[in-house]
Amino acid sequence: MSTTSPSRLEKILAAGHLAVTSEVGPPRSCDGSVIEHKANLIKDHVDAVNVTDNQTSVTRMCSLAACIRLKLMGLEPVLQMVTRDRNRIALQSDILGAASFGICNILCLTGDHQHFGDHANAVNVFDLDSTQLLQTARMMRDEGRLLGGHQFEHRPQVFIGAAANPFADPFEIRIPRLAKKVAAGAQFIQTQCIYNLEKFKLWLKLGRDRGLHEKVAIFAGITPMKNVGMARYMKNRVPGIEVPDEIVKRIGGVPKERQAEEGIKLAIEQIQELKEEEGVRGFHIMAIEWEEKVPEIIERAGLYPRPQIG
Amino acid sequence: MIKAVPKPLEEIIELIKDLHKVLVVGCDGCVTVCEAGGLKEVGVLSSSLRLNFTQANQRMEIDDTTLTRQCDKEYLDQLKDRIDAYDAVVSLACGCGVQYLVERYPDKVVYPGVDTCFMGVDLERGVYAERCQACGKCILADTGGICPIARCSKRMLNGPCGGSEKGKCEVNSEIDCGWHLIYERLKTLGQLDRFEHPVAPKDWATSRDGGPRKIVREDLRI
Repeated sequence: MSTTSPSRLEKILAAGHLAVTSEVGPPRSCDGSVIEHKANLIKDHVDAVNVTDNQTSVTRMCSLAACIRLKLMGLEPVLQMVTRDRNRIALQSDILGAASFGICNILCLTGDHQHFGDHANAVNVFDLDSTQLLQTARMMRDEGRLLGGHQFEHRPQVFIGAAANPFADPFEIRIPRLAKKVAAGAQFIQTQCIYNLEKFKLWLKLGRDRGLHEKVAIFAGITPMKNVGMARYMKNRVPGIEVPDEIVKRIGGVPKERQAEEGIKLAIEQIQELKEEEGVRGFHIMAIEWEEKVPEIIERAGLYPRPQIG
Repeated sequence: MIKAVPKPLEEIIELIKDLHKVLVVGCDGCVTVCEAGGLKEVGVLSSSLRLNFTQANQRMEIDDTTLTRQCDKEYLDQLKDRIDAYDAVVSLACGCGVQYLVERYPDKVVYPGVDTCFMGVDLERGVYAERCQACGKCILADTGGICPIARCSKRMLNGPCGGSEKGKCEVNSEIDCGWHLIYERLKTLGQLDRFEHPVAPKDWATSRDGGPRKIVREDLRI
């Protein structure tokens, strides 16, 4: 399988390994050491590190600057880009800037509505949506062209990803949506946190039926539950996340001091079960403000050590 | 039509409290239909203002009139013989009408009496909903007659996003997911193939992003 970028993530997938990514959320300040600290916790256990882009519409240190910090540490970042805050001029500019630092993985997202965040009174941009950002990044890489038509020589060699949520409604459009993102240029997909494994497997099967698993590398999204409060919150308050009652019961069924361990165990079981699924090419572990647990999850799930590919 | 809501009485009182003679001007157009600035609302606002200033023992003369439209010079001209007598005008027209009144009478202070909200439809009396954002290049033929620009909170052209739940928007459960509606409609029409084809970035130059817009129809000009 030929690769389109210098991305180690892309090479690991091309070599047929299960890939592992995790994420760090930048701080709500200019303290760059926060990024470095979080990255140091996970760096030996993952192939690449996503950096979120003002996630849940809360203003934070910018994803690009945080990615540059990771790059300077010798790590491989995945630059998350949302279309909520920047128009096509700024987005293309950021892709060029990122590539100039050798940042070669980007994840194209539309982004949560600003209503959720700390500036609900802000303008939103949405000049492009995630699908159009995929098209744009691919065009910049493959054709050396900007949306405005400008042709250039030094093309951004990027491995292009997108998100998918198998649990949003209506379910029947989720595979056509995936197909659309693949048609627009997605090479890898990181899914929403999976708790309903049966539904995820059904989504995957429908994707396989159309051969999509051969066109795009799907990373199963895993988020360990810290306690029953988090399970309930995810179930009831976070749009697009589906938490079956059994999971809330399971986490809530053990004493408070053992709920975190139960959450970790659950995440490990999920990874082990999904490893066997044809079409799962990797795992994206989103341990929200719980990065220190990522190495343990990866080790206990049998995904360590990571392949050494340059 | 354009939908507007009356400004709170207190806000209008605050605007005119230091004046002595004010003309309230309604509009028979859109703001009459949505009951924000027509003949009836002009009457109610004028009476309320009179009552307020009388109770406050403040000298204030409030007169009122309603024009056929405030977005048309011909009707604005009807004020020309009387407008000089007033310290200010409170216009209950939409933002277009208020501004055209200002353009016609550049020396006159004109205050808005309504908040202009959007272009929409009457779901029922007193319930109005947005349907069009006047992007200047209609795509309804491609989206089953439901506009994702007006009806998706993220104006996605390749929706829905991952926040769509039970047909509702992630912003709040009162908002229908525009893309859910589009999907259902395309299904009904047997046009689901449209759904999988990525829609390219839109040219927003015909929308507000191109700057204040103007239509010149040579075929209509005299």
